[in-house]
Amino acid sequence: MNDERTAKFEKRRAELHKLSDAELKARFWELCDQVVEPIVDLARTHTSPSIERSVLLRMGIDSVTSHGVVDRVYEAGLLGKGAGHVVLKVAQKLGKDVRAAAAAIIEDKEILKGLF
Amino acid sequence: MTTQQLDPNKKLNIEQILQDLEHYHPRRKGWTWRRVPAGGVDMGPFHYRDMSEPLKRSIGLPASKYFDHIDPQPSCVVTTEIASGHFEDDIRRMRMAAWHGADHIMVIRTMGQSHIDGLLEGTPEGIGGVPITRKQIRATRKALDMIEDEVGRPINFHSYVSGVAGPEVAVLFAEEGINGAHQDPQYNVLYRNVNMMRSFVDAAEAKKVMADACIFQIDGAHNANATAKAGWLVMPELMVQHGINCAFSVAAGMVPELVGLSTVPPNAPPAPKLWYDLPYAVALRDFFSAFKMRAQQNTRYIEADIEEAIRTHTVDTLISMLTSADIQSTITPDEGRNVPWHYNNIRGVQTVKQTWAALDGIKELVSLNHEGPLGQMVRDIKERAVAFLEEIIEIGGYFAAVEKGFFVDSAKYPERNGDGIARDSKGGIGANTIVARDPDYYAPVCSHFGDNHVPAGVEHACDPIGGCTLCDPEKIVFVDELDPEDNCNKRLERTQPYRTGTAIKPEAEWAGDGTVLLQFFVPLPEDVAAVYGVEMAKKMGLVDPEVVNITPMHPVEGCFLEVKGKVDFDIDRTTLRVPEKEIILPEDELVAAVRQVGLRVVAGTVGEDEHSVGLREILDIKHGGIEKYGVKYHYLGTSVPLGKLVDAAIETGAQAILISTIISHNDVHRTQMRKLHELCVEKGIRDNIILIAGGTQVSREMAAETGLDATFGRGTKGIHVVNAMVKILRARGLVK
Repeated sequence: MNDERTAKFEKRRAELHKLSDAELKARFWELCDQVVEPIVDLARTHTSPSIERSVLLRMGIDSVTSHGVVDRVYEAGLLGKGAGHVVLKVAQKLGKDVRAAAAAIIEDKEILKGLF
Repeated sequence: MTTQQLDPNKKLNIEQILQDLEHYHPRRKGWTWRRVPAGGVDMGPFHYRDMSEPLKRSIGLPASKYFDHIDPQPSCVVTTEIASGHFEDDIRRMRMAAWHGADHIMVIRTMGQSHIDGLLEGTPEGIGGVPITRKQIRATRKALDMIEDEVGRPINFHSYVSGVAGPEVAVLFAEEGINGAHQDPQYNVLYRNVNMMRSFVDAAEAKKVMADACIFQIDGAHNANATAKAGWLVMPELMVQHGINCAFSVAAGMVPELVGLSTVPPNAPPAPKLWYDLPYAVALRDFFSAFKMRAQQNTRYIEADIEEAIRTHTVDTLISMLTSADIQSTITPDEGRNVPWHYNNIRGVQTVKQTWAALDGIKELVSLNHEGPLGQMVRDIKERAVAFLEEIIEIGGYFAAVEKGFFVDSAKYPERNGDGIARDSKGGIGANTIVARDPDYYAPVCSHFGDNHVPAGVEHACDPIGGCTLCDPEKIVFVDELDPEDNCNKRLERTQPYRTGTAIKPEAEWAGDGTVLLQFFVPLPEDVAAVYGVEMAKKMGLVDPEVVNITPMHPVEGCFLEVKGKVDFDIDRTTLRVPEKEIILPEDELVAAVRQVGLRVVAGTVGEDEHSVGLREILDIKHGGIEKYGVKYHYLGTSVPLGKLVDAAIETGAQAILISTIISHNDVHRTQMRKLHELCVEKGIRDNIILIAGGTQVSREMAAETGLDATFGRGTKGIHVVNAMVKILRARGLVK
């Protein structure tokens, strides 16, 4: 262990030593929350192919089709809109249900153009 | 949808379970704890302080036969992990485990599933686990519904929400009524090299879905002490890993009551285990008092020796009982040498059940001494954990800490061995796949985490699609098999003769696998013994023999050896002549009948025969002989002439004559038995006396051919003889 880290740890421990058990516990949770806060923000404001596929599953679209649709939406640069959102828009545009819209996206890439 | 009721005398009908799966929906969702009566549980002659309600049907510990067959069930949920690669074989094992007290069935995924970008479908064969698919889950849950009705307690079904398809798997689990799941984004990052940003972004969604479906979550922190070189030194880090997942889970919407810490006593004998494991267990339960403890057993130091594993797991369970456990997981004692075998799941459950019964209410009898070194050690772990977190924040947060190799370093924090698992935040599987949500991002479904710009005027996010699958299960799309060859129907065809036909082969994992285990001592040193073991098994006709364990008893005097192999022949069940089952009367009835008639017997070894041990065991109270049940005996010794026995019976008024006849050349044993009958006829006492013979070459069938009332072979105990005598007395109308 390098000297600098040792020194820092000893200093930290000296401070922590002054805390009661309850205060030490409160400090632990305060720090845990602090560590996860920026990650929670990242999660709140971002999405991923798997999240979007999970949205399509919840819309009643089978796993194989969900995979294909999310790939198309990702390629078209529309994942930030939400794949479910995209499918819903296509459904409205075609006047069909979401399953038919999902099938249409797989059949025809062009359908995603000018949607937003 | 109603499920079929199981008949305890019939095997699970796998084909029937697979029927109509497309219409099956789980009958409940969410986790279930055991019902624990506040005032304890009375069973047999005992009062238990820390037990749950007993099962409707179960198999107790072997010794339970001495205690009215009671089967006390621990207050905590008991886990067993079952995943052989064939779910259709696993569900039979689940039924067996449930009968021994498991109510949390964990299914491990097939190798590599966490790197599969999407859901699998159908029922392909797995390696070291099962491919988790909708069909596999549905069939298993359906079977568990029937099994839980059979044993009379809800069974929690559990699997894993990790890898690069976490959110989809979570939705699948929520839809299909999975009750518990592992979910820990740190696990993906550290052990599966999934990109850290992707892992956490996915995890928030997965956790939100799990939270709404009341799926119990277990984290993955324990992997650090299974991975680090010195598992017992990573305790401060384990606290940090648990803390990060707990805080992140709560932020994603989980309630602490459904968040479990996967915690393993990190050390194992010959180490002084308690000095490491106890302070850690106490520190953890102090800091995480709002959360649940899923106590796991040690795997880090478990190798081929099953008994060694069981002993360590017994101490692990002791640590749970001295502290607390909401769920006590079990590790099959053979995990260190092969994919678990059927009966080793049961052994794992028995270890917990036996320890829990033995130590029931231990905290009312002994308490931990927090004043001594325990308190100091607890405080030390806590302070190191807090300092660890402070350093993470100082160097720029969690992602930076992972990049610098903060985790799974085998030194005790703050020391570093430099062997931690460092990951690049821009690398790993699924790197650069997360996308920022646009200001008009919208997901028209329930249980969605994070920013969701639901259009104005829409009340529920899923209203514009007329409800999502979590609101309307009829919308779920059931996909059957995708692979025409690799599926359970093909496997079931192959195993049909062993499951529903009359072909028999032993099995360890799969129907008809033929696997057996030989255990023996051989007076050879280790290296020679290993070679000999394989040769011997080959000569015995076993296929693919393999030495799975050697324990030296002495460097040259010899070894204990275990060799597994496969039996390559079938035996047809219809060719087996199974003797009719003798029903033993309850002991109290036997004792009452013996007392009623004042049952006395004369006994001796007949012919020119000096064997005495077998008969003495039948007679003496200390061997559980007939004396134990109140029978008085008059023992005449060995090489007793038949006439002497008959005269003694008449003289003493004995109701029965017991003869032992061991020597059998020239059928001398049969001759003796026949003569005894004839002699009693001659003396005019045959109708009033009970004649019984026993010996190593005697069989139950010989009574009829020799004219005796009952005959017994090897393995006979006093109770069998008393039982026969009482039944004969009853038939003669002499006792009730």
